[in-house]
Amino acid sequence: MKAKGWRDLPPGSVVLEGGSAVKFKTGSWRAFRPIWIEENCIQCLFCWIYCPDMAVEVKDGKRTEFDYDYCKGCGICALECPGRKGQKAIVMAEEGK
Amino acid sequence: MATPLTLKELSKKEDRFTHGHRMCSGCGAPIVVKIAMMATEYPVVVSNATGCLEVSSCISEFTAWNVPWIHTAFENAAATLSGVETMYRSLKKQGRFDKDKEVKFIAFGGDGGTYDIGFQSLSGAMERGHDMIYICYDNGAYMNTGIQRSSATPLGADTTTCPAGSVIPGKLRARKNLTKIMAAHDIPYVAQASPSHWLDLAKKIQKAHEIKGPKFINVIAPCNRGWRSKTNDAIQLSRLAVNTCYWPLYEIENGVTRITVTPKEKISVAEFMKPQGRFKHLFSPENEGLLQRVQDEVDREWAKLQKEAKTD
Ligand SMILES: Cc1ncc(C[n+]2csc(CCOP(=O)(O)OP(=O)(O)O)c2C)c(N)n1
Ligand code: SF4
Ligand code: SF4
Ligand code: SF4
Ligand SMILES: [Mg+2]
Repeated sequence: MKAKGWRDLPPGSVVLEGGSAVKFKTGSWRAFRPIWIEENCIQCLFCWIYCPDMAVEVKDGKRTEFDYDYCKGCGICALECPGRKGQKAIVMAEEGK
Repeated sequence: MATPLTLKELSKKEDRFTHGHRMCSGCGAPIVVKIAMMATEYPVVVSNATGCLEVSSCISEFTAWNVPWIHTAFENAAATLSGVETMYRSLKKQGRFDKDKEVKFIAFGGDGGTYDIGFQSLSGAMERGHDMIYICYDNGAYMNTGIQRSSATPLGADTTTCPAGSVIPGKLRARKNLTKIMAAHDIPYVAQASPSHWLDLAKKIQKAHEIKGPKFINVIAPCNRGWRSKTNDAIQLSRLAVNTCYWPLYEIENGVTRITVTPKEKISVAEFMKPQGRFKHLFSPENEGLLQRVQDEVDREWAKLQKEAKTD
């Protein structure tokens, strides 16, 4: 993705396309990676509501995979995940290991 | 028009605040914003005061906003939006805007942009009676420019302009109670909320949209950079803020105060402060008195609120 020069921008700094930030992937910021352990998941969706980066995908009301293109690896989802019988459904692992 | 406030239903909606924004990893503000934006079906127009949220959510041609959004200067998010809302009413009156379509207006500002520099424009917009919600995301300092104290910075907190050291033990003044100041404007709805209590927050937003006139909602928004805490604890810390009664959840509707969430057990404010580096010095013996003062302030405010509140 090539950044535009100022001459290419509409006058008055108007951005015409809503939600265009999706073209900017923030996943490379991540130092830790959340890993979903499906068998411990009770589908409470707390990870989805609390993720600051909208990086938990939900389809038809059910949590699916992380969206690693955007996940910044903060760990909020892992901390808030109740899991099943004290077994977390999200754990954090060091990126690149 | 009301969205059913269950996570399952909410998760089916299109994001009005998208990923790809550049707030720090684990920042509390985008959690506040996403919940606020998903809590209604109405078309919404947003104005945003300069601050972390504003500069990180729209950079060059990349905007995380999927609704009409106006960047304003630091001091005038409320004034700008009041102008937009007035234009909307005027166009409707002139028959130049679909009369059956209802648009809602939200201004977002940080604590610096709300308690301090944007206070005059906020107070004016509320007094003039504009039909809008002003949401302050309060992280307790001017974070975007490097953690300078604001009038929302808590007593004893270390910031770059009230640095804890041998001269002073952090901020010497208590925070100003902006929620109560807004209530003193005698507007129809004022509330305090926290992202940890997402349903309480969403209900307050939904309710505020149904009330005509000016509304103000103050939402705590942990900032791990300025609070010197971990990237994973924004929700945990905002929950502790509620359970210590440092940040009580309540609303004032037409002058009637109601506590919306009462902690099962009110815990010591130190539990909220301990995980935060900005309060580290308060746990050394020479600052015992100041730590006690923080607890006393919290207890006094909580007692006052309970006295004012209507018990159901
Ligand atoms: C009139 C003016 N003074 C100073 C600034 C520089 N400035 C930009 S953001 C900011 C701090 C914003 O603090 P706050 O409103 O609390 O939002 P936060 O960054 O903490 O989210 C400052 C001082 C400015 N943009 N305009
Ligand atoms: S680690 Fe943080 S950014 Fe990644 S999915 Fe979890 S909450 Fe979202
Ligand atoms: S928070 Fe944990 S248990 Fe709940 S949906 Fe997410 S992964 Fe599953
Ligand atoms: S400095 Fe604080 S408020 Fe600003 S983006 Fe980072 S975590 Fe959020
Ligand atoms: Mg701030």
